[in-house]
Amino acid sequence: MSKYESVVGMECHAELLTESKMFCGCANDFGGASNTRTCPVCLGLPGSLPVPNRTAVELVVKASLALNCEISRDCLFARKNYFYPDLPKGYQISQYENPIGQNGWLDITIDDGSTKRIHIRRVHLEEDTGKLVHAGGNESEIDYNRSGVPLMEIVTEFPPDITSPAEAKAYIEKLRAILVYLGVSDGKMEEGHLRAEPNVSVRLEGADVYGTKTELKNLNSFRAVERGIAYELDRQADMLDHGIVVRQETMGWNDASGKTYHMRFKEEEQEYRYFPEPDLIPLHFDDADIERWRSELPELPDAKRERFIAEYDLRPYDAEVLTGSRAVADYFEAASKSGADAKAVANYVTGDLMRLVNASGGDITDVKIAPDQLGALLKLRDSGKITNTIAKSVLEEMFATGKDAQQIIDARGISVVSDEGALTTEIDKVLSANTDVVAKIKAGNDKSIGFLVGQVMKATKGQARPDLVNKLLKERIGS
Amino acid sequence: MATQLTTQDVAKVAALARLELSADEQERMKYQLNDILDQFLSLQELDTQDVEPTSHSLPMRNVFREDAARPSLPREAATRNAPEKRDGNFIVPQIVDA
Ligand SMILES: [Zn+2]
Repeated sequence: MSKYESVVGMECHAELLTESKMFCGCANDFGGASNTRTCPVCLGLPGSLPVPNRTAVELVVKASLALNCEISRDCLFARKNYFYPDLPKGYQISQYENPIGQNGWLDITIDDGSTKRIHIRRVHLEEDTGKLVHAGGNESEIDYNRSGVPLMEIVTEFPPDITSPAEAKAYIEKLRAILVYLGVSDGKMEEGHLRAEPNVSVRLEGADVYGTKTELKNLNSFRAVERGIAYELDRQADMLDHGIVVRQETMGWNDASGKTYHMRFKEEEQEYRYFPEPDLIPLHFDDADIERWRSELPELPDAKRERFIAEYDLRPYDAEVLTGSRAVADYFEAASKSGADAKAVANYVTGDLMRLVNASGGDITDVKIAPDQLGALLKLRDSGKITNTIAKSVLEEMFATGKDAQQIIDARGISVVSDEGALTTEIDKVLSANTDVVAKIKAGNDKSIGFLVGQVMKATKGQARPDLVNKLLKERIGS
Repeated sequence: MATQLTTQDVAKVAALARLELSADEQERMKYQLNDILDQFLSLQELDTQDVEPTSHSLPMRNVFREDAARPSLPREAATRNAPEKRDGNFIVPQIVDA
């Protein structure tokens, strides 16, 4: 790949978290029997008229503001005409000129910890389509339950800023975080509620024209975005190396095989014959509306990360991980507020707790441990009442049962052996069983003391404080 | 005279609209469409320098509905007019991507 440059544009769609559809009162819901959430408007029946959903418009303005866009003061809806029965009207209501948001950006953090700005060309509002299932034979079945659900499209600027699969992944992660913080989208890529359709091309390093691009579909996770783009870039580079011409093509991603596959060529640019939607009157936003919505924006990931670093003295990496998800950030903050040391909480949330959460296949919102229960556990540890080893094992039981740390410790009969007399007995046993190691230490091999500490910890079932054991061992060997 | 539409233009517009026109019909449409375009020429004589472009004739904006769900059609009613249906689904010929 080295002699080629990668160029990646991103087109993303997010289904909005509204109660009802974009232009009618059918519920915006998932699942259910097919065609049970339709009406004359979303079925495109003659004589029906669309009326826009106020909340959907507000959500897109807020998302545009969060993505640092200029807001078009006057917006129109437009008809995008095409013949495909996923929308029964023969067109999709979308936006063409003057989308709600334009000329925005978001910052991603790249591998070396630095920041890169990704420019966004437009953010617009449209309606989602129904679902076609090929039923075998020459037939398709259509379910219009999702037809007309409000959908936001976010397109990056051209020429593109993104030049690697890792940057594309960082972009969609950041976009998702912002949309979830805003409550605009649930961000579920696996279920297609947030969809990323990158277009990728390669060109010789330093070339002044762009290569032919292909578009990728069916990327159902952050990892699929990264892997799919990497595969497609390699495939194109390999084609060029072999003198094969890249054609404008839509490629699907097969996550199981880790490969892209041909879906269709799109050499002829589709002519959608956009025109202003005559059934909908224009939108207008004045400064007061926009400033009110801006003032309603929650603290966004970048601001929260900087605050966590300043307020809790966290390492930038930990702050970045914690603020990648609003739920995780809120959990961390609630646990810190309970009086436990914030850095200790950050370590546990990004480390042991996250590992348990990931292993369970859930997310932080499913965790049975309340934030203040985690805080209480860490306070017990930091006061020296239990060791870190014990704390980790107590955390696992808390994770499984939701019980309080103190309750588990009492039930297990755990207490730190900080009684020097009791410890000395164990230490003497260990010393007499390991006279060879003691001889080594006396001969100057300090490292062997770690082995003896381990033996004492084992004998006390992890209930001794390692620093105390270390100190006592040194005293007795030295004496 | 405005720029004249050619028979090729008519054929293209017809194809985009999925209309099948015979050669005769294409000719007839060409003349009719060009007549319509000529009519617009008279509008171009107006001075519109200080007139805001309009996309709608109604002097209104920002008509919304509140975001509240209301009952949908019963499925039987929704699919009543479908030429073909099965298990509550609309059935269409499979569309093969070109
Ligand atoms: Zn409806």
